[in-house]
Amino acid sequence: MSTTMNFSDEQLAVMDTIIARYPKSRSAIMPLLHYVQSIDGYVTERGIEAIAAKLNLATAEVTAVSTFYTQYKSEPVGEYHVGICTNTLCAIMGGDAIYESVCDKLGIKNHETTADGKISLERIECNAACDYAPVVMVNWEFFDNQTPSSVNDLVDQVRSGNPPAPTRGPSKLPTWKENSAVLAGLSDGLADQGVSAGDPSLLGLRIAHEQGQK
Amino acid sequence: MTPEQALTSVETVTAVIDGVEVTVPKGTLIIRAAEQIGVAIPRFCDHPLLSPAGACRQCLVDVEINGRAFPKPQASCTMPVENGMVVKTQNTSPVAAKAQAGIMEFLLINHPLDCPVCDKGGECPLQNQAMSTGRPESRYEGEKRTYEKPINISSQVLLDRERCVLCARCTRFSEEIAGDPFITLNERGALQQVGIYEKDPFESYYSGNTVQICPVGALTGASYRFRARPFDLVSVNSACEHCASGCDLRTDIRRGKTLRRLAGDDAEVNQEWNCDKGRWAFKYLTTRERVKVPMVRGADGELHEASWPEALEAAAAGLKDKRVGVLAGGRLTAEDAYGYSKFARVALGTNDIDFRSRPHSDEERDFLASVLPTLTTTYLDIDSADHLVLLSFEPEEESPMVFLRAYRQVRKRGLKVTSDAPIASRSSKKLVATLVAGTSSISGLTSQSVILLGERAAETPGAISEAVKLAQSSGAKLAWIPRRAGERGAIAAGAIGNLLPGHRPVDNVEARVDIQSAWGVDSLPTAPGKSTSEILSSLASGSLDAVLVGGVDPMDISADALGQLLNTFVVSLEISHSSVTAIADVVLPVAAVVEKSGSFHDWRGIAREFDKGVDDAELRSDVRILSMLADQLGAPINLPTVTATAKEIAALGSWDGARPAFTAVAGNVSTVTNSDFDMKLVSWRLLLDLGTLQLGEANLAGTAKQARAHISAQTAAKLGVTEADHVVINSERGAIELPVSIREIADDLVWVPRNSADSQVIPSLGFTSGAVKVAKR
Amino acid sequence: MSKLSPVLSAHWDEADSFTIAGYKRHGGYNALAKALKSTPDEVIALIKESGLRGRGGAGFPTGNKWSFIPQGDNKAHYLVVNADESEPGTCKDMPLLMANPHSLIEGIIIGSYAIRANHSFIYIRGEVVHVYRRVQKAIEDAYAAGLLGKNILGSGFDLELTLHAGAGAYICGEETALLDSLEGFRGQPRLRPPFPAIAGLYAMPTVVNNVESIASVPAIIEHGVEWFQAMGTEKSKGFTLYSLSGHVANPGQFEAPLGITLREILEMAGGIRAGHQLKFWTPGGSSTPMFTAEHLDVPLDYEGVSAAGSMLGTKALQIFDETTCVVRAVLRWVEFYKHESCGKCTPCREGTWWLVQMLRDLEAGKGTEADLEKLLDLCDNIAGRSFCALADGAVSPIISSLKYFRAEYIEHQTNGGCPFDPIASTLFETAGA
Repeated sequence: MSTTMNFSDEQLAVMDTIIARYPKSRSAIMPLLHYVQSIDGYVTERGIEAIAAKLNLATAEVTAVSTFYTQYKSEPVGEYHVGICTNTLCAIMGGDAIYESVCDKLGIKNHETTADGKISLERIECNAACDYAPVVMVNWEFFDNQTPSSVNDLVDQVRSGNPPAPTRGPSKLPTWKENSAVLAGLSDGLADQGVSAGDPSLLGLRIAHEQGQK
Repeated sequence: MTPEQALTSVETVTAVIDGVEVTVPKGTLIIRAAEQIGVAIPRFCDHPLLSPAGACRQCLVDVEINGRAFPKPQASCTMPVENGMVVKTQNTSPVAAKAQAGIMEFLLINHPLDCPVCDKGGECPLQNQAMSTGRPESRYEGEKRTYEKPINISSQVLLDRERCVLCARCTRFSEEIAGDPFITLNERGALQQVGIYEKDPFESYYSGNTVQICPVGALTGASYRFRARPFDLVSVNSACEHCASGCDLRTDIRRGKTLRRLAGDDAEVNQEWNCDKGRWAFKYLTTRERVKVPMVRGADGELHEASWPEALEAAAAGLKDKRVGVLAGGRLTAEDAYGYSKFARVALGTNDIDFRSRPHSDEERDFLASVLPTLTTTYLDIDSADHLVLLSFEPEEESPMVFLRAYRQVRKRGLKVTSDAPIASRSSKKLVATLVAGTSSISGLTSQSVILLGERAAETPGAISEAVKLAQSSGAKLAWIPRRAGERGAIAAGAIGNLLPGHRPVDNVEARVDIQSAWGVDSLPTAPGKSTSEILSSLASGSLDAVLVGGVDPMDISADALGQLLNTFVVSLEISHSSVTAIADVVLPVAAVVEKSGSFHDWRGIAREFDKGVDDAELRSDVRILSMLADQLGAPINLPTVTATAKEIAALGSWDGARPAFTAVAGNVSTVTNSDFDMKLVSWRLLLDLGTLQLGEANLAGTAKQARAHISAQTAAKLGVTEADHVVINSERGAIELPVSIREIADDLVWVPRNSADSQVIPSLGFTSGAVKVAKR
Repeated sequence: MSKLSPVLSAHWDEADSFTIAGYKRHGGYNALAKALKSTPDEVIALIKESGLRGRGGAGFPTGNKWSFIPQGDNKAHYLVVNADESEPGTCKDMPLLMANPHSLIEGIIIGSYAIRANHSFIYIRGEVVHVYRRVQKAIEDAYAAGLLGKNILGSGFDLELTLHAGAGAYICGEETALLDSLEGFRGQPRLRPPFPAIAGLYAMPTVVNNVESIASVPAIIEHGVEWFQAMGTEKSKGFTLYSLSGHVANPGQFEAPLGITLREILEMAGGIRAGHQLKFWTPGGSSTPMFTAEHLDVPLDYEGVSAAGSMLGTKALQIFDETTCVVRAVLRWVEFYKHESCGKCTPCREGTWWLVQMLRDLEAGKGTEADLEKLLDLCDNIAGRSFCALADGAVSPIISSLKYFRAEYIEHQTNGGCPFDPIASTLFETAGA
């Protein structure tokens, strides 16, 4: 039963270009899953079946991969997926408090979505920004140096249709689907936006300048 | 080469395991080498026929090479033995013992205490190894992870996820051995679990093997679940009665009832695997349709139970001094087939005997007498083949072990496979087979190549001749692979019009003299007898008066076959009521395989013996019944037991004299006679279908492939159908309706399964292949 | 006091440092031109001689790894860059890629040239979309400038470079799991042998290197071996990025010669946050045994840290002061390992499940001292018994915290719960929530 018919011809053609990047087609399964998420918002049945058909795999081989990775969702997430780092350093520095506060505010918990489909929450692991702790990622964009009140503000702004810009990212916060497309390798042209580096990243360089380094 | 010679011609290494020196072929894993000296290192993920995983960590041992100890214990299932290696297992190393006990403790923390209700209890590697290797008490006081249980991963296989120790034997088997990765590991970490994609259940012909190799009770068979404990069961070695692969099996019986069958162990045939049909299709043994008592048709036209003397007398009365044909059927043991063969010649004085209860031809009969007895191809030839050619043969459907053997080589070294099938089946795809139109397109074969010719070649005039020509001109090894377990044994027994036992040609004087003296008769009929189709038409026309029928379903032969048996005297030897017993004059019940001993010859022509598993006072094997009947006819054949028959066969031996030359037959170009019926239907039988021996097992039937009409995209467009539609396929005789499947196939062809639900080609359409018209329903 | 040595980070303060123009302004891609004039074997020899060691945590000599690739074998070779940076505390590769992605691209071209790879890959974690954008743009611009693709700078050398996003699995930072993930399978580690140099990506000879290792290559080619060896210690040559985070006055990145001490870095960074004292810290991420104030003068190079009982790892200096509950910190780390365990092997999969439950109980004040012995015994049954090093990382915080802070575990028990105020350790407790 061919379900690739459910995706449009353009979408299927995009899948082909993704597959063409690799010497062996099976490698394309990861960006294809990001691509399916960019269209459907999560890994749907039609997504699994289309990928299986394109890559000549059994559907079970596709779910084996899609269920292994945290970023591939088997249920819809919100338009804005809010990840609060609660790994040790961020947790100690305030991540735990932020998480409890935003859960309270939204009335949802880890892996849950608000009823209006706008915001979902996740306790995430270390996102390689420890010098910016406590770290929050929204649709996998950086929101550094957060506090409970700043995250509450963030959530309010998202709900009011005016999400704040990431601290180190594009000028406007993209949606979950838009960013999933980027991860599939479909450039959105926003690489030049945002700072080159934040203050903590520049700390050592600045001190070196003070010390008289080149 | 003797085993000793084989060992010395291979490079070996020597190590010390637990103080004992052991020499093994280079590349042997430590865990295997230890087994050779009687040391069982505990394990779960390791299996000698699967690629090493090193996942479960149960097999940890201390290893030292040339004085340098490894800082941490090593998995003995992934490390080969090296010269100068010193291994200390749990027996001599406290570190290894503690490590193993630690792993066992970890495995048990999330494992449920299901033993009282788990099928595996009593034959469970986890139980056994926990007792030998683990701590007496667990220190775990936390929460176990639980899952909804069980879940069906197919109608035949159930999964209890919380019992699973994630050894991945089942997923590795499905991928590496069967090529059916329909079960995979999903999720990550402690929630990792075996799973399917729900819309595509675990419908692999080999799924049952995962139940057998699962080291815990996570995978169980729906038909056996909760039925028995292993210590209730008596096991007998068996040979599979379904196809001609020749699997070694073990049948487990409790109080006379067969409860399950497991794959046995034969490295040269089925290794440690079997197919789902061989594993689970045995419920026919205990259906209500079993005939237990002789029956005689009375004046009222109905069958009535009778005593043996009564029935034998009635049968003899209808056969004595009559012109009788014998349809032995393809499911007989070699000994029973010998009984039919001797009975025909000695008790009935005729060569009109044929075991072929399926489409057949004279070309095929010539081939079976002239060429087949000279063939010596085996599974090992597939192992070393440089090119495998499949002619009129679908491995997965017709001989599952041949498929596994071929697939292994395709996976291991890219063995080249060519097939003349008109459409790529799942097994062709797994074998990465190149499809060609005919043997003229095949070149480059050598003496290392193997040609596998299926029984369907008889349906196309000239196909067998082409195969023989290809083999002779290239030097390639040829094999003929029938679908039923009894066919090769029947040929060896001479249950066919042009052969006598031991592959002796009927029209050879010396061969006849051989048999005459062995049987103590003055003469034997000299002219080759009628074939199955000739017997049937002669019965219908009246030039034969009566027929003796073994296990035969006329609908497998042709749409007219059953009709040709009406209005003639029929003696039926059957295990179950059938379309033949329904019209028979005398029904003599015979024992099914588990109720007798005997042997089956596989497609190689090699016998596998099996013992009687169940004592049934009422039932005896065909050969004994025939012996009694021959006595009644006053022309005894003296085959009172299977053992006596086997002795006689052995004493006779095989013919090593001249054989008739094989006369090649030209093919004919089929012409479409009626322009209305502008497409050609092709079909073959699937492994799991409406075959009689699969009756009574609904769980197995649930995994059978759904019947679909396979047509090309162009044909579909022409008919205006998609895969959401059905088509009606009409022949001159009838019609079938099936859902559409769009595949790569010639535009003028439509393929359907030959004997599946909604797709019984012979009765519905009147042929196995032929002219049809196809339209949207 | 060691001076700092900005090399990779030298121009991060320029707003366009991540662009090709910004990179070229400071001599970017000169090293490539230079390298292409040498033979590939000469490049390998140079990197070997320099003493550059892998910056992904293991510290294996990079040039040696390159030289393991059999040459003249008529097989495809691959260079795969591990940009999956996910070790808790590690945060050097992401800012590097965000601010200076071309240093990686140039390094990849040189490295691929050296090992004769014509198709290379960057496996980047998927949870950092803007970093992905920067790297993708850098690749696009490199192609446009003829630095990738066919006949690079007229040398006859062809190179395709593919950027591949992960999808959230720490285990994919392990090189063989990364390769399986890149091939389209579940990211579980592979058996070795065969080693990636013989059978890696698609069973072909492959080198897997960390971002920072490859990004350091252009500077070495440009400035030479002596320049590189003038920095660092006898066995740990060169410069590297140290990441300082946690209860410090000023967290951030410090590019310095190997061998600098934490005391030196803290002095430059303004020390521990005002009014607090250093309690414990990790030299190289959560997988490395923790240190205390007694280790402030340990030279932070591979040998120094090893001699002091830990591992340099990824130079992820997570600093915790006295407001921090060690048991809570350890619990969170072990929860991380449990979440990230791939599930393949028993001790990691089941062991972390059990360890988390025990630590939760201990944090809540349940249990007795005997449970601490049990905990250590479980760690003993896990460490060195698993398929890969993830499990060793999981037990490392437990064992080292019990070594230095056993009394704190016991205090939880006598206290019937955690004696620490979680708010006291947050940043905003003083700054105002």
